[in-house]
Amino acid sequence: MKKRRRWFKYSLRDSGINPRGFHPSQLKFYLLLIPLAAFMLLPMVFIFSHAFKPPEELFAYPPRFFVIRPTLKNFTDLFARLSSSSVPVSRYLFNSILITLVTVLASIGVSSTAAFALSKKRFRLKQTLFTINTLALMFVPIAVTIPRFLIIQRLGLLNTFWVHILPSLAMPVGLFLLKQFMDALPDEMIEAAQIDGASDWGIYWYIILPLIRPAIATIAILTFQAAWNNVDTSAMYINDETLKTFAFYLSTLTSSASGANVVAGQGMAAAASLIVFLPNLIIFILLQSQVMSTMSHSGLKQ
Amino acid sequence: MNADLRARVQRWWQKEASAYGFVAMYALLFLIFIAVPVLVAFFLSFTFFDSIQLPRFNGLSNYIVLLTQDDIFMKYVLPNTIKFAVLVGPGGYALAFLLAWVLAQLPKVPRTIFALILYSPSMTAGVAMSVVWQTLFSGDQNGYLNSFLLSLNVIQAPIQWLQSPQYLMTIMIVVTLWGSMGVGFLAMLAGLLDINSELYEAGALDGISSRWQEIFYITIPSMKPQMLFGAVMAIVGTFQAGTIGVALSGSNPTPQYAGQLIVNHIEDYGFLRYEMGYAAAVSVVLLLMVLVFTRLANRLFRED
Repeated sequence: MKKRRRWFKYSLRDSGINPRGFHPSQLKFYLLLIPLAAFMLLPMVFIFSHAFKPPEELFAYPPRFFVIRPTLKNFTDLFARLSSSSVPVSRYLFNSILITLVTVLASIGVSSTAAFALSKKRFRLKQTLFTINTLALMFVPIAVTIPRFLIIQRLGLLNTFWVHILPSLAMPVGLFLLKQFMDALPDEMIEAAQIDGASDWGIYWYIILPLIRPAIATIAILTFQAAWNNVDTSAMYINDETLKTFAFYLSTLTSSASGANVVAGQGMAAAASLIVFLPNLIIFILLQSQVMSTMSHSGLKQ
Repeated sequence: MNADLRARVQRWWQKEASAYGFVAMYALLFLIFIAVPVLVAFFLSFTFFDSIQLPRFNGLSNYIVLLTQDDIFMKYVLPNTIKFAVLVGPGGYALAFLLAWVLAQLPKVPRTIFALILYSPSMTAGVAMSVVWQTLFSGDQNGYLNSFLLSLNVIQAPIQWLQSPQYLMTIMIVVTLWGSMGVGFLAMLAGLLDINSELYEAGALDGISSRWQEIFYITIPSMKPQMLFGAVMAIVGTFQAGTIGVALSGSNPTPQYAGQLIVNHIEDYGFLRYEMGYAAAVSVVLLLMVLVFTRLANRLFRED
C-alpha cells in the first residue's frame, strides 16, 4: 500500500497513462510487449526473408526461416513470366495500382463531401442520414454477396474496370470518422467565411479540406488496404484476365485448383506476397501520426 | 412582405439544395451497394430462386428448412461460427484493449513502434496472404511448423495442419487474432491517451489503489464511445473474416466442415448450388447475428 502511494506521489508524469519518459515501473510492460511483438513480427519477417530465397533454400530440408544467400531471382522470374492465360504479370500490377489510386481518390471525394454536409450544413434529413450510416457501420459486405452480384449484373458492371471501384466507395466507417473529425472544427470559421461571401464549395475546398488532412489520411489508408488487397472482386465479377488484380494473381500462384505448378509457384508467390505487403506497410508508417489524431474522434455515442 | 417571404423560402431552398448536393453521390452509392442489397437479401430469403427462373415466393420455408433440416448448418456451421465468433470477437477485443492499455503506459516513441508492429499484421489479413500461411503450415515434413516441431521432438510425424479437421479451426482462430489489431485497436489506444490525467489523480485521492480498479472505475467509463466503436469494428471484422477457413484449406466445403463458417455456407449454397433464396435466408440470419451482438455491445457501453 505504501509503495503504491509513493508511485503516485512522485514522477506522475513518467508513469501512468501517456508518460513523458522512462520509469522503472514501465519495465514490466516492456517485458510483456517485446516477446509478443517478436511473435507478431514473425510472419512479416518471414515474408521478407522468403521472397529473397534462392530455389535451393525454398525447398531445403530442414527448411530455414531466414534467407542465407539472398537473390532477386524470384522477382525476375515473376515478371518474366506470363500467367496461365498469357497475360504479363506487370499487367496485374498496373491494374492494381490504377484501381487503388482511383478508389482512394474517389472515396476521399465522395465521403468528405457527404461528411461536410452531415457535419456543417443544416438540412432536414441530416440526422436521419447519419443514423442510417451509423447503423451501417455494422454492415458486413460479405453477407450480401449474392444480391450484390445480382445488382452488379443488372447494372452491366460485370467485367468492367468500374466494378473494382464503385461498390467500395460508400464506406460507412470512412464517412463516420470524417464527420466526427469535422464536428470538432469550430463553426465560427465557417460563419466568417460565409459572411465574406464564400460559397459552400469554396468553404469545403479552401477551409474544410486543408483542416481535415489527418482524417483524410486515415480514410486513404483504409481504402488503400481494402482496394490493394482485394481478391474477391476479381474472383467474382471479372472474367477478363486483363482486368484482374495483382492480389488476385498472388492468390492463384500456389493454388493447385487453378492448375498452377505448385512447386514452381513457391518462389514467385513469395516475391509477390512481399510486393502486396510492402505498400501497406510504407503507407501506414508515413501516415500513422495522422491516423492516431483521427482516432481520438472515433468515439461512438449512442 | 410577400416578396420577403419568397426570398427567404428561396434562400432556404438554396441552402438545403446545396447540402443534398454534397451528400448525393455518397447516398446514391450507399443505396445501390449497401441498402438495396440488404433489402434484396431480405426479399429473396422468402423465395425460391435458382438465378435462372424468376424468384418464386415460398414464405418462411427457407427459414424452416434452415432450422429443422439443414444438418450441416446445425451440426457444423452454427457451432463453428459461434466458437470462432466468441474467441475472435470478444477475445480479440479484450486483447486489443489490454494491449492498447499497456501501450498507453509507455512514452511516445516506443509506444509508436509497438503500435506499428501490432497493427501491421492487420494489413496482411485477407485471402492474398493465405499463401504465406500455407507455406508456414505446409503439411509435409518440409513445412516450417512441422519441421520446427519435429526438431523439438514435440511431434513424431508431420501433421497436415490445414487439411485435418482437428487443427484447422485453431489455426483459423490464431491467424485471425493475429491480424485483429486493426482500426478498433487504434481507436481504443487514441481513446486511452485522450483521458484527462486529472481524473486519475482525483481517483487516487478517492482511494483507488490498484491499476485494475483504475481500469474499471476510471479508464473504461471515460472512453465508452471508443470502446463501443472498437466493439462494433471487432464484431464486423469477426464475421467478415469468415472466408479464412476456405482460403487456408483451399476448398469449400472445408475438410469435413471443420472450418465451415456461416459465410462459407452462404457461398456454398449461393454460388456452388445456385440455391440463392436459401443462401439469402442464411445471409439474413448472419445480419441478425451481427445486429444482436452490436445491441449487446451498445448495452455495455451506453453513455448514461
